[in-house]
Amino acid sequence: MSDSLLKSVFGRLTWESFPFHEPILLTTFIVVSLLGLGIVGAVTKYRLWGYLWGEWFTSVDHKKIGIMYIILGIIMLLRGFSDALMMRAQQAVAFGANEGYLPAHHYDQIFTAHGTIMIFFVAIPLVVGIINFVMPLQIGARDVAFPFLNNLSFWLTAAGAVLVMISLFVGEFARTGWLSYAPLAELAYSPDTGVDYYLWSLQIAGVGTTLSAINMVATIIKMRAPGMTMMKMPVFCWTALCSNVLAIAIFPALTAAFFLLMLDRYVGTNFFTNELGGAPMMYWNMVWIWGHPEVYVLVLPAFGIYSEITATFSGKPLFGYSSMVYATVVITILSYLVWLHHFFTMGAGPTVNSFFGIATMVISIPTGAKIFNWLFTMYKGDIRFELPMWWVVAFMLTFTVGGMTGVLLAIPPADFVFHNSLFLVAHFHNVIIGGVVFALFAGMTYWFPKAFGFKLDEFWGKVAFWGWVIGYWIAWTPIYVVGLMGEPRRVHHFDDTSIQPYFVIAAIGALIILVGILGFVMSIVMGFVKRKQLADTTGDPWNGRTLEWSTSSPPPEYNFAITPVVHDLDAWYDMKARGYERPKEGFRPIHMPRNTGSGVILAGLALALGFGMVWYMWWLAALSFAGLLVVAVGHTFNLKRDYFIPEDEVTRTESERRQLLAAGA
Amino acid sequence: MSTEPYDAALHAHGDTHGHGSRLGYRVGSLLAIVLTVVPFWLVMSQSGPAPGWMAAVIFALAVSQIAVHVICFLHLDTRSEGGWTLLAFLFTAVIVVITIGGSIWVMFHLNTNMMPMPGAHMGPVR
Repeated sequence: MSDSLLKSVFGRLTWESFPFHEPILLTTFIVVSLLGLGIVGAVTKYRLWGYLWGEWFTSVDHKKIGIMYIILGIIMLLRGFSDALMMRAQQAVAFGANEGYLPAHHYDQIFTAHGTIMIFFVAIPLVVGIINFVMPLQIGARDVAFPFLNNLSFWLTAAGAVLVMISLFVGEFARTGWLSYAPLAELAYSPDTGVDYYLWSLQIAGVGTTLSAINMVATIIKMRAPGMTMMKMPVFCWTALCSNVLAIAIFPALTAAFFLLMLDRYVGTNFFTNELGGAPMMYWNMVWIWGHPEVYVLVLPAFGIYSEITATFSGKPLFGYSSMVYATVVITILSYLVWLHHFFTMGAGPTVNSFFGIATMVISIPTGAKIFNWLFTMYKGDIRFELPMWWVVAFMLTFTVGGMTGVLLAIPPADFVFHNSLFLVAHFHNVIIGGVVFALFAGMTYWFPKAFGFKLDEFWGKVAFWGWVIGYWIAWTPIYVVGLMGEPRRVHHFDDTSIQPYFVIAAIGALIILVGILGFVMSIVMGFVKRKQLADTTGDPWNGRTLEWSTSSPPPEYNFAITPVVHDLDAWYDMKARGYERPKEGFRPIHMPRNTGSGVILAGLALALGFGMVWYMWWLAALSFAGLLVVAVGHTFNLKRDYFIPEDEVTRTESERRQLLAAGA
Repeated sequence: MSTEPYDAALHAHGDTHGHGSRLGYRVGSLLAIVLTVVPFWLVMSQSGPAPGWMAAVIFALAVSQIAVHVICFLHLDTRSEGGWTLLAFLFTAVIVVITIGGSIWVMFHLNTNMMPMPGAHMGPVR
């Protein structure tokens, strides 16, 4: 075949694009393919494809979508964490004459992939997954406002994740840092496929995240159970609302910045180049208008999780509910006014820098108020130190330190010293691990019995806890120290051998975190093995306070046979106190959304579009874009999108549930 | 599982959007035309005030144009969806003002603390 024909079919994809010459990547590729083949083989052998497709992939049930989000997040956590281990290993050895085991261009891809994956494909899916699962149950709804959109959002996020994973073995990933700053990310400095993979995967996933945020806001505003006024809504729903409102407000800024960068790279415009009037700093500006509030998109639901857990395990209503709500709203707005603190050193004058510095410091006031609210909830409470509560205490200790270094960094003159140093890296790992990740583990432990009907194994859960908490402190304290000494971030090799011990300790810390991660996986495995023993027949294993605990574990597909009526803030606690009895009859047919495969197909086409654009396979991109339009429009003509669960089926399910309860009691 | 016939009312989920009146559309169209013609005329006839003032006038007219569209055509009022529509609109407006205003402010300050480059303009103006 002629060269031009090959080029028009495969674009810039050649044999050289596959990393045969890189032993580390090749081995990973072989292991991943063998694992993948094993899973595909097992699914085929046990004839699970039909089940997976019919019950999960095409499902519009918010609970199943939530669980799929969480599975995606955990798988990507393993990928993101192996990147972390590789970086820690490189930095522990690459001193003086030793260049380490990773070539610089590979190391740069790893730190970019680590950051990108951990935020976009670990933190976001886990947070969205927990909101998806818990929030509709907490407000007494049967599903989210737009069930199909929810399925589509998940698959678009998954498509973005798949595109990132493909970049590991086909071509390169970006070497530009997790936000791909211009002008380094421009074609002149990053001519290969890396930045294109980055842009397309995040654009596709970003559409999913935005749609999901719209969906959640509509659900919270329109679908609360009768009697649940805004100020009777559980705090987790409030934080989910604020987080998603924020997401709707900020994702367009990121999408626009990426779109302009795409124009620069594909059609030769000069929005962010050095030449012809381009303004690279405008890219930083737009990206951080997204980026700072994004931190709060993640941490607000985390605060919600801590609030629910603290109230449940202290056996008291949350202290200062309304102040918690107002603090959440204030943080939502303030978070939008601080983005410049990410580039104090850009050259702006004292008025700009001091405005953004003070705005940043002000955020610590509502956040501090929240910490006191949790402490006062625990004060004189009947505290049960179960595993979720452990995470809350570890969070309060760890996160407060991260908050304080944050205020330190908010002082512009201090930031001129710390900018781009490892001190900063330690700070944001401190708040994201101590704030968001601990909450995610707390939340997964807390709501796991609700989702699957049995608790996680406690011993391995404790291993996960101690692994993460001890590992965090051992891994990041030395990084704070070398950062304070002025060591910059994203460095592949060090000349000063005197700081090597700090990096060796940090690497040991990372290994301890690995124990934590494996411990969590084991707590799921052992929980499954011992599921009879750990079974939850009551639906309310922790003596909870909010409506999700009024359903069975796992809840029926329709959640609530009869929509509950809410009289009090802690609705389920109130119902229990008033001697609530489950209805035995009077059920009516339940109107439910029907499963659809359109979401999977649309996301698959989006993935093909992204891959085609990355490799300049224009025919593939054009075909899949046309396909996207056809399928999306075609789906609107599908009117068979709902059905009714008949009355006798509801009656049967509910009576089985009552028998289970009676047997358990 | 049984299927029941497609029911439009079931899918409306208590929709409470306003759908406007004929008068509202007439007034809206008229105002929209006037608010388009006036700035056009100002620029074309070149009889308006100094450029700075001209820009301010056009900006003000543009903002009123947005208000006309939103009230007359999109039926934004304090009642629809129990006030949520108005709240969402105001929130969006605040966010847009912060984003655009903040970006302009930030970008004009870019060079304040930078060393002058050979051949570059001095001061914060780019």
